[in-house]
Amino acid sequence: MALKIIGSTCSGCSACDPECPNDAIREKSGVFIIDPAKCTECEGHYDTPQCVAVCPVDGCIVKA
Amino acid sequence: MQSAYISLGDLKANRNALAEPVASESAGGCSSSGGAGKSSCGSSGGPDDMPSEIWDKVKNHPCYSEEAHHHFARMHVAVAPACNIQCNYCNRKYDCSNESRPGVVSQKLTPDQAVKKVLAVASEIPQMTVLGIAGPGDALANPKKTFDTMRQLTEKAPDIKLCLSTNGLALPEMVDEICKHNIDHVTITINMVDPEIGAKIYPWIFWNHQRVTGVEAARILHEQQMKGLEMLTARGVLTKINSVLIPGINDEHLIEVNREVKKRGAFLHNIMPLISEAEHGTHFGLTGQRGPSAQELKAVQDACMGGANLMRHCRQCRADAVGLLGEDRSEEFTLDKIEEMDIVYDIDKRRAYQEKVEAERQAQHQAKVDALADALDASLIAGQEDLKVLVAVATEGQGRVNQHFGHATEFQIFEVSRKEALFVGHRRVDLYCQGGYGEDEQLPSIVNAINDCHAVLVSKIGACPRDELKAAGIEPVEEYAHEFIEKAALTWFADYCTRVASGAIAHQERGDARIRQGAVMAA
Repeated sequence: MALKIIGSTCSGCSACDPECPNDAIREKSGVFIIDPAKCTECEGHYDTPQCVAVCPVDGCIVKA
Repeated sequence: MQSAYISLGDLKANRNALAEPVASESAGGCSSSGGAGKSSCGSSGGPDDMPSEIWDKVKNHPCYSEEAHHHFARMHVAVAPACNIQCNYCNRKYDCSNESRPGVVSQKLTPDQAVKKVLAVASEIPQMTVLGIAGPGDALANPKKTFDTMRQLTEKAPDIKLCLSTNGLALPEMVDEICKHNIDHVTITINMVDPEIGAKIYPWIFWNHQRVTGVEAARILHEQQMKGLEMLTARGVLTKINSVLIPGINDEHLIEVNREVKKRGAFLHNIMPLISEAEHGTHFGLTGQRGPSAQELKAVQDACMGGANLMRHCRQCRADAVGLLGEDRSEEFTLDKIEEMDIVYDIDKRRAYQEKVEAERQAQHQAKVDALADALDASLIAGQEDLKVLVAVATEGQGRVNQHFGHATEFQIFEVSRKEALFVGHRRVDLYCQGGYGEDEQLPSIVNAINDCHAVLVSKIGACPRDELKAAGIEPVEEYAHEFIEKAALTWFADYCTRVASGAIAHQERGDARIRQGAVMAA
């Protein structure tokens, strides 16, 4: 299980990057991407996926 | 006497407030009714008549001193793209419409790139005295990038004042860090002190690893804002409060906001019009929430005159703006161009320029004092003691009427009476003159933007727009070309009163004016 960022709607604001407890998010060509191998959807860390909660663009981060 | 800017008596009161951690109603903050009848620091105070530590902080800061904004420049570096709250007037997919021109994605900078850019601009523009981090997100939601930039600049450009702007959510936990980096100006955007109203402005905040919504979100934000403001006041950091005026949501409420922030020691209050063009894609833009008219904005600002000092010269500039307020030279300093520049940071050259500016300011002050005496005489002779009119001024800076009507992208608005020429705001317009020819279709929009003014003072104006303005009841005036603005406005006013008294003209009230949406246009 993992999440993915829809690159065409990502604003590149970087808000998600420091919130990830798994260090699964990085910048690539001005937008951000999630490494599916590292993403746990925050299970075991938080009640909700942190990147989804902080992302300013609704629907930008979805299940992979 | 009322002044829109800070008075000296108030500065002294404010110093007392700063000395006491908990500001009380009587000593706290700054009122705008002139203490002991003295003039305002923004327009006429000097180093001799205010606490030196506060004078040093504001004298060259274009955002904190109305007078300084004619002479000194600021720049913003876009190192802070992330935000921890959502505002209904902001669309994060593009840019923050509060602090930057919406719809144009800023060139994001790393701290190292930002520092290089600041040094390049400072060596090219000696009047650049202030560096701010104003987003495009929230400076304190990006603490590593913000403070890394500040740390490097303290080392490499120690004469540049550092400031940042924030929504306040993360402020209390960052106050120690702010003080450590010699940041002596902080702007907090506060749009409400009532969470019920806040819920209509903020759909959510990110707080303690959760997205919090509704009244609860607004309550947390409000508490953090007030706590942060009190903490900054206790540490002697000057604060400016930005409020976005949203008609029907917080218009009258802003008077209460003004009262509450004054109580907590805010140095300045800047009430700005909502920007809500549908194409910016903000919630307010898409739901048809309108912005205020010029007179609606002025009415709220005037109602706050007894409270915290008002700032009226804000240009709502973009988060990567460079130059004097009202201009943007950021295009000259893109990353590619900086790479090719030979950057020499000459602190002595900068200082010499700033001393020259100081002498010019003193001359401007004297000219105003002289003109005030003449205006007083003329209004008394004319029997127009209570007359107040607005005039629009075309200026390129240095506090003078020195711009051609056709070259103006904004007009500064002064409220003139026998007592003073008070800066009350600015109006953006589209260029009338393009490629050497007048664009007649632009004229109606320019007339709309200054329709509440009796005169427009310019260095020069063509025959065609002159006739059109006259027909609209706005007097075009070239006689005071290259004069200091206040002197020109007061002298024109004295002349106007004399003409009314002689029966040559009849005084008539003017209507409302339209605030042009969108922030500063690139030059």
